[in-house]
Amino acid sequence: MNDLLLEIEDLKTHFFLDDGVVKAVDGVSLQVRRGRTLAIVGESGCGKSIMARSILQIVTPPGKIVGGRICYHRAPGDVVNLLDYQRKSREMRAFRGREAAMIFQEPMAALSPVHTIGSQIVERLRLHSGASRREARALAVEMLHRVGIPHPAQRVDAYPHQLSGGMRQRAMIAMALICRPALLIADEPTTALDVTTQAQILELIRQLQAELGMTVVIITHDLGVVAEIADEVAVMYLGQIVEHGPVDAIFHHPQHPYTRGLLRSIPRIEDVTRARLDAIPGAVPHPYARPGGCPFHTRCRERIIHQLELCTHTAPPLTRVGPLQQARCWLHEPPGDGQRGAGHAAEPALAIIGGQ
Amino acid sequence: MSASHLGTLPKHIQDELAALEREEASERAVATASQWRLMWWRFRKHSLAMVSLGVLATLFLVAIFAEFVAPYNPMAVHATRTYAPPQVIYLIEHGRLTWPFTYGLKSTVEVETMRRVYTLDYSQRIELGLFVRGEPYRLLGVIPTDLRLFGTRDGTQLISVLGSDRLGRDLFSRMVHATRISLSIGLAAVALSLVLGVTLGGISGYFGGRVDMLIQRLIEFIDAIPSLPLWMGLSAAIPLTWPPLWVYFAITLVLSLLGWTGMARVVRGRFLALREEDFVMAARVSGSSERRIIFRHMLPSFVSHIIASLTLTIPGRILGETSLSFLGLGLKEPIISYGVLLQDAQNVRTVATAPWLITPALVVMLIVIAYNFLGDGLRDAADPYA
Amino acid sequence: MTSYIIRRVLYFIPTLLAISLVTFFIIQLPPGDFITSFEARALANGDQADLERAAQLRERYGLDQPWYVQYWRWFTGVLTGDFGYSFQWKQPVSALLGQRMLLTFLLALATTVFVWAVAIPMGIFAAMRKNTLGDYAVSFVGFVGLATPDFLLALVLMWISFFYFDMSVGGLFSPEFENAPWSLARVWDLLGHLWIPVVVIGTNGTAGLIRILRANLLDELHKPYVEAARSRGLTEWRLTAKYPVRVALNPFVSGIGDTLPGLISGATITSIVLSLPTAGPLLLQALLSQDMYLAGSYIFLLSILSVLGVLISDILLAWLDPRIRYQ
Ligand SMILES: Nc1ncnc2c1ncn2[C@@H]1O[C@H](COP(=O)(O)OP(=O)(O)OP(=O)(O)O)[C@@H](O)[C@H]1O
Ligand code: SF4
Ligand SMILES: [Mg+2]
Repeated sequence: MNDLLLEIEDLKTHFFLDDGVVKAVDGVSLQVRRGRTLAIVGESGCGKSIMARSILQIVTPPGKIVGGRICYHRAPGDVVNLLDYQRKSREMRAFRGREAAMIFQEPMAALSPVHTIGSQIVERLRLHSGASRREARALAVEMLHRVGIPHPAQRVDAYPHQLSGGMRQRAMIAMALICRPALLIADEPTTALDVTTQAQILELIRQLQAELGMTVVIITHDLGVVAEIADEVAVMYLGQIVEHGPVDAIFHHPQHPYTRGLLRSIPRIEDVTRARLDAIPGAVPHPYARPGGCPFHTRCRERIIHQLELCTHTAPPLTRVGPLQQARCWLHEPPGDGQRGAGHAAEPALAIIGGQ
Repeated sequence: MSASHLGTLPKHIQDELAALEREEASERAVATASQWRLMWWRFRKHSLAMVSLGVLATLFLVAIFAEFVAPYNPMAVHATRTYAPPQVIYLIEHGRLTWPFTYGLKSTVEVETMRRVYTLDYSQRIELGLFVRGEPYRLLGVIPTDLRLFGTRDGTQLISVLGSDRLGRDLFSRMVHATRISLSIGLAAVALSLVLGVTLGGISGYFGGRVDMLIQRLIEFIDAIPSLPLWMGLSAAIPLTWPPLWVYFAITLVLSLLGWTGMARVVRGRFLALREEDFVMAARVSGSSERRIIFRHMLPSFVSHIIASLTLTIPGRILGETSLSFLGLGLKEPIISYGVLLQDAQNVRTVATAPWLITPALVVMLIVIAYNFLGDGLRDAADPYA
Repeated sequence: MTSYIIRRVLYFIPTLLAISLVTFFIIQLPPGDFITSFEARALANGDQADLERAAQLRERYGLDQPWYVQYWRWFTGVLTGDFGYSFQWKQPVSALLGQRMLLTFLLALATTVFVWAVAIPMGIFAAMRKNTLGDYAVSFVGFVGLATPDFLLALVLMWISFFYFDMSVGGLFSPEFENAPWSLARVWDLLGHLWIPVVVIGTNGTAGLIRILRANLLDELHKPYVEAARSRGLTEWRLTAKYPVRVALNPFVSGIGDTLPGLISGATITSIVLSLPTAGPLLLQALLSQDMYLAGSYIFLLSILSVLGVLISDILLAWLDPRIRYQ
């Protein structure tokens, strides 16, 4: 078990709006292993970003984390449940600023337009390390150099709009990594970039990951990115992880009907690097009106083909479906067993992942 | 994935799959539900805007049926009622609910100030009624009638719920008629601004380049100069000899001459955003003429924005007219607008002795606030992300 | 930055020309030739001096020549401080302008300061406390402020002070300082009177700017860069003050430029109601008696004042916002 970095259990983040409650994250269970790269994929609106923000507790009202545990293994044996910290507490701020870091989809939007990139990098460093102004600036220049920004000593005083898109994302990465975090969360870091720049940024992340020994959680729509960088994949649907496993297993032996549906929209598996997850049959249910039972049952053809009545009223548990693979579907859990409870079914799968 | 791949499955399963597909298709249809309906849904949630819509609708009804709503002719002078205070309407007599009534006014002329001083005449109990007979008029300018919304039962006695002015004219009746002029001048001025704004903003946004530059400079220029002094200068030149209707249109013109810039900005912005969008590109690639692209494809897609921003400019025009007329540079008797009414309240001494003369200003404020809320609601509904 | 300023100042030249053309148009607008009626009156009174003056003016302004010659003579005169002749006051216009324009300027300046000082904290407060009682209170005051015509506010304030405090609030000076030379005591007296027109004129603009700032700030509060800053572990108040407030102030600064023309309009009508010794009342009188050189000069100067204010706020904005500065 000692290679785990993050264990998320039954995480729930809901938005309390005037018209009802949006259950953006509704029972996510997930393990992230130290030093590895986990890709999270799923349709737009399925809750990927909110899950990522929940880890750092930067979800603001009307959003609120309403349940679950997020266990962070600082070192083997040194485990904290991050949800024990208050959202605005000193401990949580230290965690999200120093031990973890996040990079965002739109580097232009995620950088303040009226501050220099240097000042935004220095700010983080000084906040969490107590470095002097001069040291911090020197370290910022050094970091900009490492992420491949030419003339870092001048660029440190540039405003975001003076940089190209790729340079901005590099600056974002520099800002994220300045405190040498153990965990890097990247929310669609390459979506806003052109193809060549995308490849460069991914390469940079991979290289820095190796140098710093970071764990990376990357959220993406792009199966090409998954194929290129991920060790493991988690597939998300309507606020839950419906399938989770090593990248090869997910691509070649998808077990959940939803994952299969996603992959079926790609003609041949070799085309995976050029495919994007946007051609999925059927309409996503309205966020206020989540279906009962298996959340996917309104769109699931296999339910009809196999005539599974159970799906419409009872949610399936996360079940082990391969050596390291788990899926949340009644097809893989004989109904008699499953009704004994989700906890029971999840246990063996966890043990296997842990033992790897 | 289509049902035909599943030919080997039993019939009832195939049916179920087909039903699923139909349902999905209809869900997609809902997703693209008419833009106007979506707007209405969003607008309805804005309760202040809904209330404002009600207030304005009521005022417009009053304006349209002014002769019916006003108990008296707004020009009728009553020498014995100069600066008569508002008469209270009583509903309770001897502790019991009764038909509404009021008491008559007794007046004496104070010698040294030459002013009338009023006291209630309790011996004179005046019964009030709805739909009473009054002075004859033509409803909507055509139907001859003498029915009035309310008034005194016997028709010879007077009731002035908001008091009377310097010449003893009924302030309420005058305000009802002023509503017609002030509301319509707001609309008329904005309609003119709309033509100017859409034309210039459209040209600016659609063609871009030098034309755009030029029009942008013009807009900046107009926005940078203070409008009131300029309005004053322009309307001072309206000849005193012009008939009222001409003056009305001249003032409308003056007001809209400077007021089109906001509209032009909105239209230009929308054009710039839309120019790059797919359907316009598609129309252009398929060889539609420029005019056709503008009128068939681009204009309809931002009508909602135009309506919202129009609504927000109307109050400025109404305040403009009110200010000009208040200063004596705008509309003049015999036209009655809120500004004309407020001319009577120009000095403190008058306001101190007849404070009810300020009520027109309160209605102006109500109108302005209502338009602002309505415009806010419309804007939010038109573009929830802006 | 310097080049930006130079560019903006150069833009000012065509604007100046445009304003002068508009003003000249207004001067020419009243039907009939005002000099002719002046001459007729002088002739009727047998006033020889006035007749001579009229002849001089005809010559000076080229009144028998085409309009562009007239325009040019008038405009070059204005540039050298010769604003024409007031037929009503029988004085050169420039003699009537001086102190009144100075006081108008002071009034506009004081009002701008007032607007800033009130709108910034109230706007931030309303945005940070969104949908609380405090926010509703600020918004309500803002709406009423926006909807209240300046002259009404002036009347109501005058009425209140007349009725309840039994004092006259008209004017900018107490009677004993009315025509006194400038002194410390006179400035003090001015300040004591200034606040009423400042509040009256400023209310409108303040209300508008509170709404602008609140809306800007609400827009900014959920922008990704705020979230990014939060993810860096800043405390909530520090992060709000450093990022969204700072960014929201930019459109606010240009908002100040946008409200200035409104302030000048407000100052005009308010000073008429409160009979302040500023440009407003004289402008109205001049317009009513078609004393066009005087009226035109006021319109010209008020426009220039307002355009200059907008120019200054643009430069300020560029200084604050690197995106504009480096364009
Ligand atoms: N501030 C908010 N207020 C209300 N609902 C929200 C808010 N933020 C997110 N949601 C809801 O939460 C759900 C998940 O959103 P999230 O941003 O996590 O999706 P996502 O999977 O990251 O999608 P994408 O791929 O488009 O980024 C959505 O249905 C969205 O409607
Ligand atoms: S549980 Fe049933 S409905 Fe859900 S994915 Fe599996 S088969 Fe489909
Ligand atoms: Mg997202």
